[in-house]
Amino acid sequence: MTIALPITPYASTPSPWIAAGMIAAVILTSTTGEVLTAAAMKSIGDLDLIRARTGLKGAIRAVITCPLFFAGVFFLALAFFSLLLALNHLNLSLVGPAAASVPLVTNGIAGRIFLKENVDRRRWAAAVLVCVGVYFLAH
Amino acid sequence: MILGLVALCAPLGDSCLSRGMAHMPFISVAHPFALVAAVFTPWIAAGIALLIGFFASYLTALSWADLTFVRPATAFGNVIIALLARFWLHETISVERWAGIVLITLGVSFVAQGPSLTQHPSSADDSAPCEAQAAAEVQPR
Repeated sequence: MTIALPITPYASTPSPWIAAGMIAAVILTSTTGEVLTAAAMKSIGDLDLIRARTGLKGAIRAVITCPLFFAGVFFLALAFFSLLLALNHLNLSLVGPAAASVPLVTNGIAGRIFLKENVDRRRWAAAVLVCVGVYFLAH
Repeated sequence: MILGLVALCAPLGDSCLSRGMAHMPFISVAHPFALVAAVFTPWIAAGIALLIGFFASYLTALSWADLTFVRPATAFGNVIIALLARFWLHETISVERWAGIVLITLGVSFVAQGPSLTQHPSSADDSAPCEAQAAAEVQPR
């Protein structure tokens, strides 16, 4: 006699610490990727000006010859696969809003520290308002 | 215009991918190459084209504006999609989502009143390698 076990999408629900670690991995890799990409684009300069002088090929060449850009894309790819892993183990209603909204605030912190951007009170207020707004929309 | 493209292309691309994948037959993890066929279906192809457009616009925006300006400003795309869902697809939007729309609109109006690029003196030297390379690229030959 065989016993048919019920199969659920989340066969083993991870502990809260592992769940938090998965979401933290998504946020950390996504923030790192975005900061590296932003640093790369800032170091290249205004793409509109480059395209006006050297055409589309020149603009593409300026981007793909910058090592920082590929470091950023690498971390963005890591963020994508971390998101897939998190979605495989956790509910979309938890991962979706967290992955969409929290990076707005972590980008503000990382932008101030690593990109030396002047994140004034207006930008902090905007980041927090949009973060809460995206959470409400996605929840 | 570039920020508008970023704001629109990302959610529209995601929506196209979602719609395309919903119409695909079940794809097993054991046969991942079945995903290749999905790329050539109209909705998925349109979604990929929109996401390529999003990435190109996003990179262009980051080349002349701060990350802390671009990210909140382009979140307005979520509001546009929600409003399209309400008035075009006649979907019901809960009070919680209306609150989200109001908060995002407020946040975007806050950030839009400030400068798009803030210069920090000590950051100029950090960007030397790629900037020099790009400057070399733009020199007329």
